Amino acid sequence: MSVGTARTPAGLRRSSLEKSLAARRHGRPRRNAKVRSIPLTILGIVFLGIMVFPVYWMVNTSLQATAGAATATWFPLAPTFAGYTAAFQQQGQNFVSSMVIGLGTVIVTLIVATPAAYGLARFRMRGTKVLLLVLLITQMIPTIVIANALYTLFNDVGLLNSYVGLILADSAVQVPFAILLMRAFMESLPPSLVEAALVDGAGDFRAFVSIVVPISRNAIVTAALFTFLGAWGDFLIALTLTSTDAVRPITLGIYNYIGSNVTDWGPVMATSVLASLPAAVLLIFAQKYIAAGALGGAVK
Amino acid sequence: MSVSVQTRVRPQAVAAPPIRPGQRRARLMLGATRWLFVAPATLFVAIFFGYPVVKNIVMSFQDYTTKTFFTGEAPWVGFANYAATFSSAVFATSVINTALFTAGSIVMQFVIGLGLALFFRRNFPLSGFLRGLLLLPWLLPLIASSAVWKWLLDQDSGALNQFLGIFGVPAIPWLVSPSLALIAVIGVNIWLGIPFNTTILYSGLQSVPQELYEAAALDGAVGIKAFRYITWPSIRSVVSVVVILGVVYTLKVVDIILGLTGGGPANSTQTLATNAYHQSFINFQFGIGAAVSNVLIVVSFVFAMIYLAMTRKAVDE
Repeated sequence: MSVGTARTPAGLRRSSLEKSLAARRHGRPRRNAKVRSIPLTILGIVFLGIMVFPVYWMVNTSLQATAGAATATWFPLAPTFAGYTAAFQQQGQNFVSSMVIGLGTVIVTLIVATPAAYGLARFRMRGTKVLLLVLLITQMIPTIVIANALYTLFNDVGLLNSYVGLILADSAVQVPFAILLMRAFMESLPPSLVEAALVDGAGDFRAFVSIVVPISRNAIVTAALFTFLGAWGDFLIALTLTSTDAVRPITLGIYNYIGSNVTDWGPVMATSVLASLPAAVLLIFAQKYIAAGALGGAVK
Repeated sequence: MSVSVQTRVRPQAVAAPPIRPGQRRARLMLGATRWLFVAPATLFVAIFFGYPVVKNIVMSFQDYTTKTFFTGEAPWVGFANYAATFSSAVFATSVINTALFTAGSIVMQFVIGLGLALFFRRNFPLSGFLRGLLLLPWLLPLIASSAVWKWLLDQDSGALNQFLGIFGVPAIPWLVSPSLALIAVIGVNIWLGIPFNTTILYSGLQSVPQELYEAAALDGAVGIKAFRYITWPSIRSVVSVVVILGVVYTLKVVDIILGLTGGGPANSTQTLATNAYHQSFINFQFGIGAAVSNVLIVVSFVFAMIYLAMTRKAVDE
């Protein structure tokens, strides 16, 4: 977030130096440089093609009927939506489950993390430094370790195979990152904003609700997005904290598909495409938030 | 997951509003409401991170199985779970596989990521656009990526073998051969990590002042020399953060391995994390699963400490 200001002096110096250098090599025509960089663009497209080929192959196969066929063809020349129909029939309920878990996790995470982010950004209290350190460490604890112990706890209190259980466990995984992300933004708010309200007699809590939350909208939206995507993509928590088909998110649906011997990849890839859609939609709609969040998520 | 590379200037915390002498009670109240802001999060962390870590330590000394859920009894067994763990062949395999998986993934992700970052830094037409599209694989939930790769690597009809077949290469049993499966799984994990590495290293490269290169060019340092004497020293702190974070995250990886191979064939892709999962949730030996988990957590902790020590140093600088 401080990038812009921090870079200004260097940027100024750079531009003046660039100008003098540009003056020195003035004789060289510009178009030449552009023509010479075309091989680079081609090379870049090749690199990108290799990297995103699996994504292409997923979409390509989702539009083909591979059952009985030796393999998918390189292009979906005769596209069919049979895979998607099958995906909806077999996995429709799981999509709903994933949506419920995702939204529930966003709500719980924001309720827990937003005030904490503000508290850690603004108040100098005993223990805040310790809590920050603990939050950093939690991000490094393998989820399987958490799941191992939570299974026994959830078994005792009857939270296995329940939406509430999965939402709480998913929130637990998301809360530390959400706090760190929002805190980074809230630290940059000018203290005078809140001070004015406090002088007017508002309590800390009112100042938080009526000033900090509206101003921090972007950071909160970003945290909500990352939280949703994290919960939506969660596989391990759902795998370990469910033992029946009662609550079954889409990630488990995909796992069930590929756990057995797959003969028709069309529906599997169609489900994978559909499972990737929320991220795609959110990214398109919230690009500016994500960009800000990626910077603000500084893990320190 | 994201890391910023610039050091931030820490703004001053809000001073408490002026309090007249004698209003100690009010001040106490103020402190209490301020604590309320962080209380829910503290509770959450205590229940969902503190408790599991402690519980895992306790469980690792108990005979904790499915029977425990019915009888409520988990007899103390001392170090029996650890003894059983350390003496099992699967554990030894898991340790070696974890080391290979982590080292292989990190080194290759980093090398390829840095290569791509340096490449995209050359600002050719469409470079920004192509770099953005590089993040496309991030849209897929990890388990969906596993599904796609399982299909790509399918021995009989997978796209990779189809492609290699064009050059006369016989079908390779990527995921079903015990000697190849780990390599294939590492390959997929490298693919997953490249966008992250490229993005972070690219932003690190962007923060190297251009005039350094221009000054060096005047002294004759270009190409490899410029990289060695300017680029590398300038991005070294970013590099160490990327690598250490990469290690910590790679140690945690479960989704990919379970999705691709389930730890098989013949435990050839079993890592500490998947082994812990198998002990607890397939064999229902929660005590042994806890013991393996604790080994994993100790290893992660060592790298976490290195990371924290380094970021702290970076902040202090």
